[in-house]
Amino acid sequence: MHALSIRNLRKIYPNGVEALKGIDLDVEAGDFYALLGPNGAGKTTAIGIICSLINKSAGSVDVFGHNLDKELEAAKACIGLVPQEINLNLFDTVQNIVLNQAGYYGINRREARIRAEKYLRELRLWERRKEPARNLSGGMKRRLMIARALIHEPRLLILDEPTAGVDIEIRRSMWEFLKETNEAGTTIILTTHYLEEAESLCRHVAIIDEGKVIENALMSNVLRKLQRETFVLSLRDRLTTPPVLDGFETMLRDDGDVEIAVDSKRDLNELFALLSNQGIAVSSLRNKANRLEELFIRLVENKQSVQLPEKD
Amino acid sequence: MNLALNWIGFQTLVRKEFIRVIRIWVQTIVPPAITMTLYFIIFGNLIGRRIGSMDGFDYMQYIAPGLIMMSVITNSYGNVVSSFFGAKFGRHIEEMIVSPMSNVTIILGHVAGGVIRGLLVGSLVTVVALAFTSLKVEHPFVTISIILLSSVVFSLAGFINAVFAKKFDDISIVPTFVLTPLTYLGGVFYSISLLPVFWQKVSLANPILYMVNAFRYGILGVSDIRIGYAYAIIGLFVAGLFGLSLMLMNRGTGIRE
Repeated sequence: MHALSIRNLRKIYPNGVEALKGIDLDVEAGDFYALLGPNGAGKTTAIGIICSLINKSAGSVDVFGHNLDKELEAAKACIGLVPQEINLNLFDTVQNIVLNQAGYYGINRREARIRAEKYLRELRLWERRKEPARNLSGGMKRRLMIARALIHEPRLLILDEPTAGVDIEIRRSMWEFLKETNEAGTTIILTTHYLEEAESLCRHVAIIDEGKVIENALMSNVLRKLQRETFVLSLRDRLTTPPVLDGFETMLRDDGDVEIAVDSKRDLNELFALLSNQGIAVSSLRNKANRLEELFIRLVENKQSVQLPEKD
Repeated sequence: MNLALNWIGFQTLVRKEFIRVIRIWVQTIVPPAITMTLYFIIFGNLIGRRIGSMDGFDYMQYIAPGLIMMSVITNSYGNVVSSFFGAKFGRHIEEMIVSPMSNVTIILGHVAGGVIRGLLVGSLVTVVALAFTSLKVEHPFVTISIILLSSVVFSLAGFINAVFAKKFDDISIVPTFVLTPLTYLGGVFYSISLLPVFWQKVSLANPILYMVNAFRYGILGVSDIRIGYAYAIIGLFVAGLFGLSLMLMNRGTGIRE
């Protein structure tokens, strides 16, 4: 069953900007789905339409089979949203914010209190429950927005850049929490600029650019498309010119490290053999960019999809 | 519409609004009480002594119902306009918009908040009035129904103002340039029978005149207008403003792109 099914979704803002140019998207129930794209690509507009925060110009949206135009109440009940911007009532207490949200979804006060304790504890906010939200740090506010979105236990959780501005430790604990939430059966759609986040969490990925879906496939298939990866090698002895390695493109960086582009048809053993033959000792190796990031940049820059071996 | 869901949503909104009014009581409850006390001292006591009686009552007694109504009107309006616009400005209105709660419930919840604050302040002003003069309620049903309906009218008006408002200036324009003049010219301090005929007729176009006079009739038993007209006009305003609020919410005016 599709958790989300979008057909020919269009949005033209009153100023004439066409934010969505007829996108189609299907998200399977139980999936962990990455929605990626550069700033202004249309991701937040799409999410806004799904969550009824933005009026669509054309097209249809179904959430677990409930059409937004015909069964709005049922569709809304399935969705939990963690928006990009902090939209908490900063004067209200942490606990009241989640209790009120539960009330808006028709959850009685007694049940709401039980759930509030559960999610606030899980997101490490229980000790701060009586404080106004304005007292929380940025990371805590983001966690509170997740607790608020989960209080009605939605079947589809949409997170629009949930870890923006959050330090790495909290970000990783949020990843763990989201993984557990997904494993418990909640479908998750995630937008993020941290492509490492998308690569480690998501099974499917769609890339939106200029209001169009330019890629939509299994994460593993998308990454397989990467024809070339760039590695950065730190050498034991600094070189003055880039090494000449047959079949590999090399570049000497200002810091003395060497960048080497490796075609997917070649392997690293070959590279190390060539380096070893020239007496070049490598002390460390790292990817120049995250694999998904490399592909993302290439897709967005080329504005066209690369042929996939197969589509899931 | 899921009635059970919306009933819990309504209760949640009412609780939230009540907590808000109480949390910021220094802004919501105290200022109107002080302002009205000054009105009673200056207009009722000092100036009122020279004016003498009006429609057979001490001037202080005559203006008391109008001042209570004035405080209910301004506070009902002020509560909804600042609460709903505050939610828009802070974007936590999205909590309600993404939820399955109906637009009717969202409107009614905010209106209930406005009525609660209006009645709280109205009760306090009544207590202040009783410190200066005696009031005997002649028609309890009229008194209660008119104050409730008037509070609903101005809560709805505040809601509509908040829907259209884009900045904080926009929520003070209507109270300053429309609400206050209409209230002052709505017979709070005088009987329109004192006005020339032309201005008496002009005054009849002011809806607040009907509210103030109907409420005065409820307490003192005197009025410049017929009570039936007051109910009809207030009823029309309730229906019209509620319909307009619902239409705006369904369209997403000022809320959704």
